[in-house]
Amino acid sequence: MTDIIVSILLIAGAAFMLLAAIGILRLPDLPTRMHASTKAGAMGAMFIMGGVAFFFLDSIVFARAFAIVVFILITSPIAAHVIGRAGYFTGTTLWDGTVKDELRENYDAETHKLSSGYEGSPESVTPPPESESPEDR
Amino acid sequence: MIGFFWNIMLALAWVALSGNFSAMNFLAGFFFAYLALMVLQRQVPVLKGYSRRIPRVVAFLVFFVKELVKANFRVAYDVATPVWYMKPGVIAFRLEAHTDVEIMFLSSVISLTPGTLSLDVSDDRQVLFIHAMFLQDEEQLRQDLRELERRILKILR
Repeated sequence: MTDIIVSILLIAGAAFMLLAAIGILRLPDLPTRMHASTKAGAMGAMFIMGGVAFFFLDSIVFARAFAIVVFILITSPIAAHVIGRAGYFTGTTLWDGTVKDELRENYDAETHKLSSGYEGSPESVTPPPESESPEDR
Repeated sequence: MIGFFWNIMLALAWVALSGNFSAMNFLAGFFFAYLALMVLQRQVPVLKGYSRRIPRVVAFLVFFVKELVKANFRVAYDVATPVWYMKPGVIAFRLEAHTDVEIMFLSSVISLTPGTLSLDVSDDRQVLFIHAMFLQDEEQLRQDLRELERRILKILR
């Protein structure tokens, strides 16, 4: 029984990683490639770690697998965000099928200012400064 | 946050006093410490609302894993089939979250969900620019993001 669960988890993980690799090859531009590579890759690593934890059924291995999953969940979105952002602002062209781009008109390439488009509206009063963050969050 | 710290400290005290250094015993200690803090939270202002927060975190995790799997299959399907169903685009999402921690948490969760990638926050922190892969129904996407943000703010505030 355990063998079957472990096999399913490992195969699912490997399949997601394979899909991430195919995504990098097939998808047309940088942001869509980031969608495939980082997230499907993280998902695959999570499945494989689940399989490892089930195979050993040991609390120490379980704790390590859990820690690895947590670290992947913390780091992969930040990597995706930074690579995508850097690619966008250095002028990577988006795919022809891109339907809209609300960032381009708000970005000033001269001053590197990024406006929100809501500066004049009455609700856009700047929120209270967050220097004194509440103790219980 | 301070409540969670106290919870862990009390659980460690439980482990040390019972002399059984196993993960199960730590979890038991965590549970008893949680009950103790639940009783204490009326009297101690810093602990206010602590016991309500953990069920919310668990509910959020369940919701998030469900979304993660669903969105992953959607992206995987589009990658694996020869025709592109995607309509990528960059949308501006009006933020309710204001502090650093809230925006950081929200943008990380958005980046982690396949199909959406947070690109940048405007200089006045009003708007988060998101690259979305499936813009067939923009209103639906905005509602989903709003729901996600509401759940995150419920945990953090």
